[in-house]
Amino acid sequence: MNSPTNSTTSDNDKAHWDKTTRLMFTHLGLWFFFGYVVHMFVVPLNKITIPILNFPLGFYMAAQGSLIAFVVMLFMFAKQQNAIDREFGVAEDE
Amino acid sequence: MTTATGGSSDFIKNLGRMYATYTGGFLAFIILLAILEQVGVPNRILGYLFVGFTIVVYAVIGVMSRTAEVSEYYVAGRRVPALYNGMATGADWMSAASFVGMAGTLFLLGYDGLAWVLGWTGGFVLVSILIGPYLRKFGAYTVPDFMAFRFGGNVARGMAVLVLVCCSFTYVTAQIFGTGIIASRFLGMQFEVAVFAGLAGILLCSMLGGMRAVTWTQIAQYIVLIIAYLTPIVILSTKQYGIPIPQLTYGNAIAEITAREGAMLASGLATAGNLKPHIQPFLNYTPLNFFGIVVCMMIGTASLPHILMRYFTTPTVREARQSVAWSLLFIFLLYFSAPAYAAFSKLEVYTNIIGRDLTQVRPWMFSWGELGLIQICGKNAASIDAIVAACKAIAGHPGVVRLQDFVINTDVIVLSTPEIAGLPYVISGLVAAGGLAAALSTADGLLLAIANALSHDVYYKMVDPSAPTVRRLLVARILLLVVAVASAYTASTRPGDILAMVGWAFSLAMAGNFPALIMGVWWKRTTAAGAVWGMIAGFGLCVFYLVVTRYFPGAGVAYFGMSSLTNPATGAPLVDLAKAMAAPGAMDSWVLVSHPLASKVGWFGLTNIAAGLLGMPVGFLVIYVVSLMGKEPSKEMQAYVDEIRKPRGRTVLQEKT
Repeated sequence: MNSPTNSTTSDNDKAHWDKTTRLMFTHLGLWFFFGYVVHMFVVPLNKITIPILNFPLGFYMAAQGSLIAFVVMLFMFAKQQNAIDREFGVAEDE
Repeated sequence: MTTATGGSSDFIKNLGRMYATYTGGFLAFIILLAILEQVGVPNRILGYLFVGFTIVVYAVIGVMSRTAEVSEYYVAGRRVPALYNGMATGADWMSAASFVGMAGTLFLLGYDGLAWVLGWTGGFVLVSILIGPYLRKFGAYTVPDFMAFRFGGNVARGMAVLVLVCCSFTYVTAQIFGTGIIASRFLGMQFEVAVFAGLAGILLCSMLGGMRAVTWTQIAQYIVLIIAYLTPIVILSTKQYGIPIPQLTYGNAIAEITAREGAMLASGLATAGNLKPHIQPFLNYTPLNFFGIVVCMMIGTASLPHILMRYFTTPTVREARQSVAWSLLFIFLLYFSAPAYAAFSKLEVYTNIIGRDLTQVRPWMFSWGELGLIQICGKNAASIDAIVAACKAIAGHPGVVRLQDFVINTDVIVLSTPEIAGLPYVISGLVAAGGLAAALSTADGLLLAIANALSHDVYYKMVDPSAPTVRRLLVARILLLVVAVASAYTASTRPGDILAMVGWAFSLAMAGNFPALIMGVWWKRTTAAGAVWGMIAGFGLCVFYLVVTRYFPGAGVAYFGMSSLTNPATGAPLVDLAKAMAAPGAMDSWVLVSHPLASKVGWFGLTNIAAGLLGMPVGFLVIYVVSLMGKEPSKEMQAYVDEIRKPRGRTVLQEKT
C-alpha cells in the first residue's frame, strides 16, 4: 500500500476534477435524455414514420436509436476524459 | 505456471491472429456440419456435435489457461487489452435471458419489452462515467475490497459480500436453468440431468484458471454466440427483403404486423381484448413500471459485481474506459437485433398460423408442443389430431386458429425461429450452441464473482489473513464447487420465471451497492458509518419488498398497507383483494408462484421486479444523513479518494501475492 503524496489537493488536481465532474454531468444529461425523456413521448413519436426504413419513430428510438446514442456517447466519453487527463498531466504514461 | 515475461507480451500481440483462426475454424465447422446434414446425418447427431464440440473447445482453453498465481487467478494479471476485455464482458453480460429470452419477451410484450433492451444497454454509460475506471485505479481484486478499504473494515466488507452473494446467486440459478432447457431440448436429456451436465462444462472453464481462464474462454464464447444469433435473421432478412441487414429491414416487418393486426381484428380472428398491438406502448407495464424497470436494469448493471470486476483486468485506467465502450458495442450488436428477431417470428406466426385451418398447421411446432411449450386451444400442440380434438371441445370454435387459441412460451422464439422459417437444421444446432455459450459464459463470471468474494474477502481477509497462497486458491476452488452445486440444485427444482429472477438480481445489486459505490468515489465526506447504514437500509428495504410481495403477499396487504397492482390498459386492479384475502390460503406462510396474490400486490403499483427503485433512494438518503452526523473522514482517507480520481500513479491498494 503506498501512502498518498502531498500534491493530492493541488490547484491542478482541483481543476482536473472540476472538468471531469462537468463532463460527467454532461454525459449524465445525455444519458437521461436518451434513456428516459425521448421515451416519454413515444405515443406522439409513433405517429411519425421514418422514410425508407418504415419504422414508427417512437418504437425505433427504444429499439435502436437510444442504443446507438449510448454506444457513440461511450466512445466519445473515453476520448474526452482521456484528453482532460492529458491536459492536466494526470494521464498514464503511454 | 507462467509469469508476466516476454513470452506473455507475445501472447497478447498474437491474440488477434489466434481468435481470427478460431473464428475461421468455427465457420468451417458449421460448413462441415451443413454438409453432413445434406448427406443425411440425423439431426440428433448434429446437435450432439455442435454442443459437444463447443464445450470441448471452451474446456481446452480453460485448461490451457490454468494458473496458480494470485493476481492471474483474480484479475487475469491485469493485462487484457480493452477490445478483448470488451468482448469477454459482452459474453459475461449476455446471459441465457438475453440470448434465449429477450426476443421472446419482445414477441410477447411488443414495445413494452424494449424496457429490458434499454435498461441492459444504458447501464454501461453509468459504469464508464461513474464507477468502473475509478475502481480500476483503486486496484482491488473484488468489489467488497473497495468497500472495505474506503469504509474502514470488515462490517462494510461483510455487507458488500452479502449483497454480492445474494444478487449473483439469484442470477446464476437462472443461467443454469437456461443451460438445462437448451441441453434437454437438443441433447434429449432429462432436464435434471441436463442441468448438471451443463454445470460440468461451466466448472471446467472457471475452476482451474480463475479470471484468466474465464477471460479467454468468454472471448471464444462471445464469437460463437454472436455468429449464432445473427445467422438466422440475416438469412431471413435476405430471403424476405433482399438485404442481409435485418436491423434495417425489420421496419417493413413491423409495418406488415400492424396491417395484419388490423385485418385480424376485422375478421374476428382476434378481439380488442386479447390483441396487443406490437408498437403500442404501456399495454403490459404501466408507465411507472416501464420506466422503473429501465432504471433498475440500468443502475443494476452499474452495480453488478461480476461486471465491475471485469474492468479490473485491463492494463490501465484509460483502457478500462475504452473497454466499457467496446463492451457496449459488442452487446449492442445482439440487443439491436433482438427486436428484428421478434418481428420476423411474429410476422411468421400471424401469417402462417393464425387464421389457418387447423389441419394445415405447419409441423415444426409439434416438437415444441410435445414439450408443453406451445399450446393450441389450451392443450399441448403435439400433433394435428391433438389440436383438432382440443379445439372441437370449445363451443362455437370456427375451425381455424384464432389469436386466443395460440400460446407460445417466450423461450421458444429464438430456439425455434430457424425451424419456423424452414431453415436447415444446422442453423438450429448453431443457435443452441450460441444459447449455451451465452448461459455458460455468464454462469462462469457469476460463479467466479461469488467464489472470489468468499475466498478472498471472507476467508483471506476476515478469517485467516496469514493463509498461504496455495491454500487461498484451494479454498477458492472448493467454494466455487460448493456454490455451483448449490445453484444447480436450486435450478433443478425449477423455481420458474427466469426474467423476474434476473430482474430481482438487478434490483438487489442496485439497492445494496450503487449508493455506497457512487458516494465512495464522488463525495469525499462519506463516512464509514454512513455507507454501512446506507447499505443496510437500502438493501434491507429491497429484500423486504421482494420477499413480502412474492412470498407473503397476504401479510403485505394485511399489515403493510399494500394494494393490488393495476392492469396497465384498463386501470383495473389485477386481483380482487377482498375476495383473495377471504379465500383460504391467502395468509399461508409461503405462497407459490401460482397463488393469485403472488407478485401482484405492492406499494404505489410498483412491480417487485423494480424493487430497487424503493431501496436505492433510501440508501442514498441514509448515507447522506448519517455521514453528516458523523465526523469528517480522516485527511488520509480523503487523500486516497483524491488519488483514485487521477489515472496516473500506482494503484491505492497493492496486494501482496
